[in-house]
Amino acid sequence: MKDGRLKRCLQLFGVFFKIGAFTFGGGLAMIPLIQREVVENRHWAEEQDIMDIVAIAESTPGPIAINSATFIGYQVAGFWGSFFATLGTVLPSFIIISLISMVLSAFEQNTYVQFAFAGIRAGVLALLVKAVYTMAKKCPKEWWAYGIAALAFVLATFIPNFHILLVIGICAVLGLIVSAVKAGKERTK
Amino acid sequence: MIYLELFATFFLIGLFTFGGGYAMLPLIQEEVLAKGWMSAEQITNFVAVSESTPGPFAINIATYVGSQVAPIGVLGSVCTTLGVVMPSFIIILIVAKVYEKFKASKLVAGAMSGLRPAVVGLIASAVWTMAGEVFFSAGLTLTTLLSYWFIVSVIIFIPMVVLVFKKAHPILVIGISAAAGIVAGLLEPVICPK
Repeated sequence: MKDGRLKRCLQLFGVFFKIGAFTFGGGLAMIPLIQREVVENRHWAEEQDIMDIVAIAESTPGPIAINSATFIGYQVAGFWGSFFATLGTVLPSFIIISLISMVLSAFEQNTYVQFAFAGIRAGVLALLVKAVYTMAKKCPKEWWAYGIAALAFVLATFIPNFHILLVIGICAVLGLIVSAVKAGKERTK
Repeated sequence: MIYLELFATFFLIGLFTFGGGYAMLPLIQEEVLAKGWMSAEQITNFVAVSESTPGPFAINIATYVGSQVAPIGVLGSVCTTLGVVMPSFIIILIVAKVYEKFKASKLVAGAMSGLRPAVVGLIASAVWTMAGEVFFSAGLTLTTLLSYWFIVSVIIFIPMVVLVFKKAHPILVIGISAAAGIVAGLLEPVICPK
């Protein structure tokens, strides 16, 4: 590893450690911070690259935070860049949750903590309703998209033992069919 | 072997989660619940813990499950975290090399146009299941509908939805819900004496 590259790897680790340690809610909440650090402070990427990175992170499987870190790391310093950026993103979560998991199970028996969590579960539900709404807003507003969402919901909720991976597979194929039909219509116009 | 099982399960979860964040919930519910690694209640509780600590939900829940399930907690966490990260890491390395082709690919765009609404439907389904567990943990009967904790949950849930849509910070929402839960718990013997 050349000296310059090692330095950039360590910088990537530092930047993504900071991003991992200071974003609550994860995923898309990380994007503004990535933008500030990677584009404005370090000049590793341009503003429009961030849009591409988000698009790629969202169209590949896995957590958006990890996808973005791996991708930016690779652009800046190749394989080891990816490695250090990803390690940096993961480490703060890993350390904090490891510590919490030691005490959480002990706390869970406490009566007041149980009361608190009974309230919190209702609050969490509210947060998740918003998460569904936010994701729904980003979908294409067309009848076939509503249809696919409804199909996925019904299959996963009301058909017993219908595996989620099968739902994902079916919807991906439906997406391909819809795009193919649309492309065909464009051509005949 | 439990460590291999933890790694494999989270590798699968990482590989088939599109959209990040809570898109992982349906698969977590299916896999982690089925294996008895966490209860439905614990998963909901953990969403609150994850919202109140930094870092991506995926990494947080992977680390937690690993540490709870494995005899040597840290080793379990390493397996689950490595498992959930690995698919992303490998796929992005490949995509980064064929970046331009990937962006222009009709196949990727087509599949994604189906996956995006699918993820919405799947998360909605996970939230639906969770709502059932939060409101009707004792079963869907008339007695549940009139029970103290059902009414408390509804009274907390409705204003929290309003707050969330007014863009309140998640930690504020969790803090208020926790306080309301404690107050409700303390008031229970007063309001519903046994």
